[in-house]
Amino acid sequence: MLEKAIKGSKIYWGWLGLLLAIIGVGFGAYMVQLNQGLSITGMSRDVSWGFYIAQFTFLVGVAASAVMMVIPKYLHHYQAFGRVLILGEFLAVAAVSMCLLFIVVDLGQPQRLFNVLLHPTPNSILFWDMVVLNGYLFLNILIGWVTLQAERKQVPPPSWIKPFIYLSIPWAVSIHTVTAFLYCGLPGRGFWLTAILAPRFLASAFASGPAFLILLCYIVKIFTKWDPGKEAIQSLAKIVTYAIITNLFFLGLEVFTVGYSQIPDHLLHFKYLFFGLHGYSTYVPWMWASVIAGLAAVAILLNPKNRQADNVLAFACVLVFLSCWIDKGLGMISGGFVPNPLEEITEYIPTKLELMVTLGVYAAGFFILTILYKVAVGVKKEVDA
Amino acid sequence: MKSSRRKFLQIAGLSALGWSICPSLLQASGHGGGEGGNGQGVRWAMAIDTRKLDDKLMEECVHACHSIHNVPKINSKQNIKWIWSAPFEKLFPGQMHKFLKEVPEEHTLALCNHCGNPSCVRVCPTKATFKRPDGIVMMDFHRCIGCRYCMAACPYGSRSFNFADPRRFLKEQNPDFPTRTKGVVEKCTFCAERLDEGKRPACVEAAKGAIYFGDLNDPHSEVRQVLKERYSIRRKPGLGTDPSVYYLI
Repeated sequence: MLEKAIKGSKIYWGWLGLLLAIIGVGFGAYMVQLNQGLSITGMSRDVSWGFYIAQFTFLVGVAASAVMMVIPKYLHHYQAFGRVLILGEFLAVAAVSMCLLFIVVDLGQPQRLFNVLLHPTPNSILFWDMVVLNGYLFLNILIGWVTLQAERKQVPPPSWIKPFIYLSIPWAVSIHTVTAFLYCGLPGRGFWLTAILAPRFLASAFASGPAFLILLCYIVKIFTKWDPGKEAIQSLAKIVTYAIITNLFFLGLEVFTVGYSQIPDHLLHFKYLFFGLHGYSTYVPWMWASVIAGLAAVAILLNPKNRQADNVLAFACVLVFLSCWIDKGLGMISGGFVPNPLEEITEYIPTKLELMVTLGVYAAGFFILTILYKVAVGVKKEVDA
Repeated sequence: MKSSRRKFLQIAGLSALGWSICPSLLQASGHGGGEGGNGQGVRWAMAIDTRKLDDKLMEECVHACHSIHNVPKINSKQNIKWIWSAPFEKLFPGQMHKFLKEVPEEHTLALCNHCGNPSCVRVCPTKATFKRPDGIVMMDFHRCIGCRYCMAACPYGSRSFNFADPRRFLKEQNPDFPTRTKGVVEKCTFCAERLDEGKRPACVEAAKGAIYFGDLNDPHSEVRQVLKERYSIRRKPGLGTDPSVYYLI
């Protein structure tokens, strides 16, 4: 089926060329980082994780969201998702690939990466994160490819793939749960030391992932003249609506717990993010933008008429995606490190080189996504014809 | 043809899945040390006399440590420090109050606490951070992949990361102690290399009696004697990390 990726329009090749150029720039920036060390980043002794790990955390959510289609399709036999499920699974493949790349670019000694396998350490959550991420990547490539192949031959998927599909459901939950566990088991980091971190991660994942998928469906529809189907998009829109409401509700639970208990170790991080602390307030406009975008999206999505209008739905999905990205890709990591355990404030702002590396990784992810989508849509059109 | 391919995929799928889970089962092992904290063997500990330490003495302690361990002086937020002087209110947040007249302005020494239950050891994915049987939390600079998980886990800010090549910032080098490369985490080691030679840690020597050092499991050690006589506190005791650095008030 891969041959479908090497036949395309000028727009397709132009887009791939653009992505390759961005990958090249990002790779150049990464070469500088390899040479100079992570000193080229805005990270510091106090904020030892930055933009790379934040993007990784956010994208794990995008990857996990495929489960929101696998469950209705395979546990409830909801056939409308049959048309778009492959797009969700291939989005998961691209997102997990970006996650793994972000972990690699974040390492101080990337050439020692395999020490994690050579000296397996089950008491480290990072070890389990590696296991679940790679496992999920493998599961989605396998399931996506096998079901697409069956569809091309217009036969039902082989029965041996079923256990893998069922396994992929708890596995999707596990990737985001384990990623949350990276943070929420640490003493002295009050911002993350909360049992609701994993549910929060999942809620924002099930909002941002399907929201992004809806946008991708529209893009696919415009550029390939293949329609993923109104019903599937409408069902995804409902999932986004419930999930973004749940996400904001969970944020409210956090705010109540830290606000009412008034324990400084937990409260100061929220104060820093939403109001600024001792004159440091870099993230304040961002965090409020996140909350307002989330609330605005809820206001729009709650009305079924808005969901049915393509333009309005797309706009609401952009808001949801933005809200979750700021929350996880920006605030979650920086807010956890500021103030530091000595209650000192060192702010974190990513550098240009850091942003270029980040952009390069995103371009690599979109490159993978484009090729996989080209194959998937090619097969779908072939079957439709 | 068809059935053999199906078989192949079955086996390939299952074995690949197994491979992704199995390494942990094959070589699962901890790296927590153990004995040192359980009342047997040696457990090294330090008692810092906050009354005896003054700014000059602390500066000498920091200099003694940093010069023999080739700790570079970097004037940025990406700096490296094994031992440093910090105000009480930062070392003991929540334990100070505004009527405690002199104390808040006062400084004392901060360093790795060589915890009995170290969270940095728990999170390290390669066992580059490990606890020795005598309770010292050590770093293997050659195994560290630079993920900085230990820095996120340490509730005392006691770890530093070599964002850049540290050798660039060293004016003089002590040839008896290794320098580090970029991309690895480093920290105080309680002068494990000096203890092996029967010497006391460099900061203890430089402090001229203001820091006590010894075996916590030996009732006759100077550290146990002084803990018996004086009131002492530890940093963030509520976190359950069981620090081995005591502060005499």
